[in-house]
Amino acid sequence: MNDLAHVALLIVGASFLLTAAIGVVRMPDLFIRMQTSTKAATLGISCILLAVALYMNDIGVTVRALLTIAFFFLTAPVAAHMIARAAYFVRVPLWKETIVDELSGHYDRRTHALRAELSEDRPPKDFQSSTNRQADR
Amino acid sequence: MNPLSLLPEVGAVDLVFVALVAAMFLSFLRLVRGPSLPDRVVALDLITVQIAAMLAVNTIATGQSVFLDAAIVLALIAFLGTVAFARYLERRGHDE
Repeated sequence: MNDLAHVALLIVGASFLLTAAIGVVRMPDLFIRMQTSTKAATLGISCILLAVALYMNDIGVTVRALLTIAFFFLTAPVAAHMIARAAYFVRVPLWKETIVDELSGHYDRRTHALRAELSEDRPPKDFQSSTNRQADR
Repeated sequence: MNPLSLLPEVGAVDLVFVALVAAMFLSFLRLVRGPSLPDRVVALDLITVQIAAMLAVNTIATGQSVFLDAAIVLALIAFLGTVAFARYLERRGHDE
C-alpha cells in the first residue's frame, strides 16, 4: 500500500513538472508563463519530495523532505513576485489579447512605489527620459 | 525488501526520469528562445526546480539520502539566484 502511494505521488509530481514545462513553452506572455511555472512546479516538487519521504521511511529523510517542501512553499511566491515586479518595470510586453492592465499608472516609475490613485503626471512614455535617475536607489 | 515489489517501482522511476528530461528540454527551449531577460530567468528557475526534483528521484533510485541534501542546497541556490536576477533587472531597468 505504501508502495502504491509513493509511485502514485511520483507520477503525479512528474506530470505536474511536465505540465509546468509545457506551460512555459506554450503560453503567450511572460506573466501567464510564470503563473503556470510557479504553481505547477511547486506542487510537482512537493509531490516528489513526499514520495521520497514515504519511500525512504526514515525520520531524518522525512524531516528534510518536509523542510524542503516548506522552503519551496515559502520561497516560490516570493521569487515569482520579484521577477514579475522587475519584468513589469522593464516593460516586458503583455499578450496582445490582454484585456486590462490594472497596474498601469499606479506605479511611480521613478521610485517604484505603488499607489492607489493614478499618477497622470507620469504617463508611461516619460519613463526613459526621467532626469534624476539615481533617486532613492 | 522482496524483489517482487522492486519491479513496478523501477518502471515508475524510469518513467519519471523520462518525464523530467522532457520537461527540462522544453524549459531549455524557452531559455534559448525567450524574447526577454525575465523569460530566461523564469526558465532557469524552472530548470533548477526540475534538477532538484531529479535529485529527489535519484534518492529513490539509488536509496542514498545524500542526494536529498543536494536537492535542499539547490533549492536554496535557486531562490538566491532568482532574487539576485530580479534585483539586477529592476535596477538595470531603473538606470537606463
